[in-house]
Formats: sequence, structure tokens, C-alpha cells
Amino acid sequence: MSSENIFKENLFNHKSNKNLAQELNDANLAQESKQEINDEYQQMKLGKIKEGTVLDHIPPDLCFKIINLLNLEQHGRVISAATNLTSTKMGKKGMIKISGKILSEKEVNRIVVVAPNVTYSTITDYQAVKKVKLKVPQEIVGIVKCNNPNCITNVESVQTKFKIVSEEPLKIKCNYCERTTVKEEIKLLM
Amino acid sequence: MLKKKDIISISDFTKEEILYILKTAEEMNKKDCSELCKGKILATLFFEPSTRTRLSFETSMKRMGGSVIGFSGEESTSRSKGESLYDTIKIVEGYADIVVMRHKVDGSARLAAEASKIPIINGGDGSNQHPTQMLLDLYTIKQSQGKLENLKIAMVGDLKYGRTVHSLAAAMAMFNAEMYFVAPEQLQMPNYIIEDLQKSNINYHIVDNMQDVIGKVDILYMTRIQKERFPDLQEYEKVKNVFILNKKLLETAKPNMKIMHPLPRVNEISEEVDIEPHAYYFNQAHYGIPVRMAIIALLLGCVK
Ligand SMILES: [Zn+2]
Repeated sequence: MSSENIFKENLFNHKSNKNLAQELNDANLAQESKQEINDEYQQMKLGKIKEGTVLDHIPPDLCFKIINLLNLEQHGRVISAATNLTSTKMGKKGMIKISGKILSEKEVNRIVVVAPNVTYSTITDYQAVKKVKLKVPQEIVGIVKCNNPNCITNVESVQTKFKIVSEEPLKIKCNYCERTTVKEEIKLLM
Repeated sequence: MLKKKDIISISDFTKEEILYILKTAEEMNKKDCSELCKGKILATLFFEPSTRTRLSFETSMKRMGGSVIGFSGEESTSRSKGESLYDTIKIVEGYADIVVMRHKVDGSARLAAEASKIPIINGGDGSNQHPTQMLLDLYTIKQSQGKLENLKIAMVGDLKYGRTVHSLAAAMAMFNAEMYFVAPEQLQMPNYIIEDLQKSNINYHIVDNMQDVIGKVDILYMTRIQKERFPDLQEYEKVKNVFILNKKLLETAKPNMKIMHPLPRVNEISEEVDIEPHAYYFNQAHYGIPVRMAIIALLLGCVK
């Protein structure tokens, strides 16, 4: 089985990789099996995609959320994802590799709003041609829903627009009704 | 010269810009303005009715020789047929030179300003902003005290839902005021306002009765406590008489102390207070005219 397919199996066929999945989810791993996971991770990391997108340094609890907000279930090509991987920088992290898809600016911004510190690489011919640490844009347009039911963006057909009040922790302010929303309250438009 | 095209929110303005508008308002009172805006048309789009605000704007425009078109209440327009705010603004921008609008939806004025080629003045958007009220409040304070810096101001009543006091607190923070927030616990200043004051190192006090502060302040800003804000009527009955200003309470007031109120009042200021030298709320209403004249004339470029 190619390493690319191992990823796919991890995400979409948990049963056949039951042991791995269990281990990945166990927070109290013995040192021995930690090493095992590390090995597993190294193996997965080697599995390169020919062209597409790699998202790395995802907070481990947000890995599946990002898959959802990118609507990847509609994507016909190979997608691999793993979470609770060992990371020297973050302790634990998640990672997603998407074959045959370059993210649009809007998709990138959707990710930034929920996980501002993700590393994003574009892959061409097995090489990362562009590697960027994502950064919250100064203005978030058409991505986040305003939580104020009496806001004009919820009454008329207007694109929502938010300005950044603070990046860490993320706090944004509606351009129209001027209400602020903190990270935990952010709801994305579909 | 005012660089802004519109007047939408206090957060758009620097202290210098605010002072410039107030200075222009003072000049309006001194010179003959009767032909200043001759030939210009103000459209008053009051999707939500507000007689006092609309009259104040109409008077201001007419005192400068301009004319006024407009409507009040949703029923008087095709709004009732479902026309969008955007479309209404796109039509009116071809009729008038400047618009003042009031609308019950938060953020509607900002949307109108983005859609419109001509200046938009926000006459109140839902519970969000009412910047000309804030400017006339500042003008009133300056007229009554001769200055804006380093004053002591008490805000009394419904501080939780009162958009007027929220804007006033933010504005007075620019002028380093010391603030007293006098309200029943359930109607105290919201946390986000308090946090902003803390960030600006403003001295503030949370107080639950008027007696303790009347002798200390330069401005006593009264607001109405609305019965509808209380889910439990018993709670309302408990607090409703604690925040009524009468002549007796004024005994400790400093000579320069002035009482303000955005009006209309219900019973929170007894009528016996009206003839006291401290009463200033009708002056405040009248000051709306030079301030709104200045705003209209500045946005139209009729004064520089
Ligand atoms: Zn909003």
C-alpha cells in the first residue's frame, strides 16, 4: 500500500487501522508506544503527495473541524489526515494533506479564523513550492456570521465584514453593528 | 476641514475631529447662517419614527436656507412592499444632497453609507449608535462648564441598555473625565464599556444611589429606567423611586453642577427641578440645532 493510501485509510477507514487510531487517541501512552506512534508518524510524513495542499501544525482538536469547513467530503481525490501527532513545537498537532487541490484565498481565510497558526504549503511535483504560516487578515469578509440577530447582515443580503480587535486571543468586531465576537463564539457562514 | 464623508459612529472620530465639529457649532451660533446651505436638500429617512430628532434636523437645515424632503415610519414608503434599504438609498442619492436616517436595525447606517455617494448622517441605528446625540451632549457639557477636560460626571439610570450613556462614556474618556455610574445592579454599565475605560486608565466608580455623588460632580446625566427592562415587576418597583431626582437631593450640589437628560423624561426628574439653576436639559435639546447645523454644513462643504 502506498503511503498516500495509508493516510486515506486513516481518515476514511478507521476499522482497518483500528490499532493505530486507538493509539493516536490515547493521551496516556506508555513511552514505548509513544515511540511507536512517532515511527508511525515519520512513516506517514514520508508519504508525499504529487500536487495539492498540506496543512500542518493544526491544533489537534481542530483537525476534523477544518476538514468539515473545507467541505472536503465532496473532494474526489486522496485526502489524508492525522491528529494527535507528536510535535516538538506544539506537543501535539494535526496534519491534513489534500491531493489535487489548491486552496482559494477564501478557504485559507476560513481556516485562519478557527486556527490562526496553521502552516500551509502548496505542493507541485512532490515539492513544497510555497510554505506560509497563516496570518489573520486585517479584514474578514464573507466568512463569519454576525451573532447579533438585529444586525443588518442578518436582515438584508449584505456580505459580513469583521475587523480584528485582537489577534491572540482572536477577537473580531462587526463592521456594521460594531458588536465584538470572541474566538469561541465565532460561527462560519456556510 | 472635516475629512469624513459620513457621520456614522463615534468610533470613527478622533478627539481633534470632535473638537472641530464643536468649534464649528459654536461659530454657527455667532454668525448669520440663513443662506449657508441655500439650494441644498436634506432627505430625512426615518424608517423608525423619532419626532424630536427629525424636527431637530429639519430645523437645522431650514435655518441654513436649505430644504427638506423625507418620510417617517415604514408605512409611508415602499419599504412596506419589501424594498431593501440599499435600493432606497440608491434612489434617494439622486434626489437629495445629504441624508439623515434612523432605522431600527443595527449597522443599517454603515450599510447606507457604503451604498451612497452622498453623505449619510446616522440619526440612530437600532441599539448601536446615535452620534449626533453624543456630539450635542459634548457641546452642552462644554457650554455649561467652559471646558471638556478633567470633569466629573455621573450617569444615572439605565446604563446597561442606554446607548446614549455608552457613547458618552467613551467620548468623555477622551477628555479624561472621572465617572460615576449610578444604577441598580441589574442595569449597570456593561463589562465591555468598563474594560475600555480600564484600558484608558479612566477613574470610574460603581454606585447604587444618587445621594453619594451629587455633591461631587460637574454633570449629572439622567436617563430613563424602562419598566420593560425588568422581567420581574417586583424588581422594578424596588428601584423605580431610588433614581428619581428631586429638589431636596440637589442641596449638596456644587454651584456649577448641571443636570442633563436626552429626553423624553417620564418621572425621573421631578418638575420642581426644572426651575433650579442646575436644570440644563432643555438647553441641551436646543443645542442640538447648532451642532446639527455644523454637521450638515461641514459634510456638504458649505463651511470648511
Ligand atoms: Zn453585526
